[in-house]
Amino acid sequence: MGSIRFDKVDKVFGPLTGGVKALDSIDLEIAEKEFVAIVGPSGCGKTTCLRMVAGFEAPSAGVVSVNGKKVTAPGPDRAVVFQQFALFPWKTVRENIDLGLRNKGLAKSERDERIASALRLMNLESHADAFPHQLSGGMQQRVAIARAYVLDPEVLLMDEPFGALDAQTRVVMQEELVRLARVNPRTVLFITHAVEEAVYLADRVAVMTRRPGRIKEILDIRSVREAENWDRHQKIEDVMDLESFVHLRTQIWKSLREEKGPLGV
Amino acid sequence: MRDTPLSFAERIGWGALGLAVLLGTWTLLTASGLVPRPFLPTPLDVLDRMIELMSAPFAGATLPQHLASSFERYAYGVLLAALIGVPLGLLMGWFRWLDDIVTPLFDGLRFIAPIAWVPFAALWFGTGIGGPVLIIFAGAFPPCLINAYRGARFVEPRLIEAARMLGTGNLRIILEILLPAATPSIVAGLRVAAGLGWQSLVGAELIVAAAGVGFMMVQAQANVATPTVMAGMVAIGIVGMVIDVALRQGEAWLRRRRGLEA
Repeated sequence: MGSIRFDKVDKVFGPLTGGVKALDSIDLEIAEKEFVAIVGPSGCGKTTCLRMVAGFEAPSAGVVSVNGKKVTAPGPDRAVVFQQFALFPWKTVRENIDLGLRNKGLAKSERDERIASALRLMNLESHADAFPHQLSGGMQQRVAIARAYVLDPEVLLMDEPFGALDAQTRVVMQEELVRLARVNPRTVLFITHAVEEAVYLADRVAVMTRRPGRIKEILDIRSVREAENWDRHQKIEDVMDLESFVHLRTQIWKSLREEKGPLGV
Repeated sequence: MRDTPLSFAERIGWGALGLAVLLGTWTLLTASGLVPRPFLPTPLDVLDRMIELMSAPFAGATLPQHLASSFERYAYGVLLAALIGVPLGLLMGWFRWLDDIVTPLFDGLRFIAPIAWVPFAALWFGTGIGGPVLIIFAGAFPPCLINAYRGARFVEPRLIEAARMLGTGNLRIILEILLPAATPSIVAGLRVAAGLGWQSLVGAELIVAAAGVGFMMVQAQANVATPTVMAGMVAIGIVGMVIDVALRQGEAWLRRRRGLEA
């Protein structure tokens, strides 16, 4: 349960002939409970990949499927965490988390229980009745993650979830996500342009080319992580100092550098 | 110049100056004999007449009684416009097919000014309450619908995507996402609707009503009772201002409650 598959997926924005080709024949398989990060230059279509799994956009050609079923519409089996949080400003933290559970038609007692455990998981207990605008960016993103996790989705789609956070908060959230992935492993598709973040979090990292985006190469991080036992380190900076980490990071950097435009941007 | 702030006293002062210039010119025109007094009574004449009308009936009722009966029609008309316009606007903002059905009709109908509904309303309802209510409705309905529609159409797309990925159904999206997101726009629309409704009211009463400020003014016009006509105008202006101030307060309260303003 929870596998994702891109099968020769093209995406053209605008008219099919003469439009902008954003994605070119994307093939990618993500296994159940696997954490895959996609990195790529800005505008390469990595977010579009995620939006197609979410069901917000349809491929122009090819098929995106989850559990072997073609994606046609958004649904709570594929929870999304957005870069700009997308919390409902007129709902409290609790109400934001509750909406998806109410949509499932769950009884109040079960909802309360699941909300309480999601709040605990994300260290949000003392903010349950706050409104989003009363919270810091990091806190808001915790709420968004709680809102996704509480649905117990098969697939978690994260679109540069820490991109809008300051550097310190970002590090805390990255460590938090690793902790979460251990407590409660999910199939995760994670979009980012931060190479370190991708290497630190993912089992595999897919590198994309400039537009029209293609998958250029896929690196296996997990085998290195396990072989070098990264997990004995608690802190992200200690992992980032490991030779094996630096090596992978540099490899991806070089691969991305080749994709820069003539002006180096 | 706009960037230099004025103190509260200064702003009151400038406002008072404007009023004084208006009243001064008016008084001068009449007192100098330039305009005959039966056509343009002095401000004091109008004030006297207003005070008199507070207790003395004209055309069957005192000024407060006329106002009360006007206000009743007005309240029905605006309420009806809000109750139909706001939900319809939200639904149109969500369902494209409904938008396609209603928009062409609405775009045609809204150019029929409220006053243009008067003959039709008179034919249909005679002097009953239905006529004025229809005319006020015609004035107040468009901003209710347009603002609810725009508010719903321009909701942050991410919020709708978030709601959809959470498995939210249409009804719940309309009530819990579109409605709260559109509330500032809806409230602004209601304020405009309240103003337009009140403006249409008098037009409606000039012809169809059997009581009300507009009716009082028409009767006074027939009797060449200019001070009474003007007293009616002043009363309409004051009530309109009171309605607007009340709705502004309501809007500010709502903003504070939503925590959007300190």
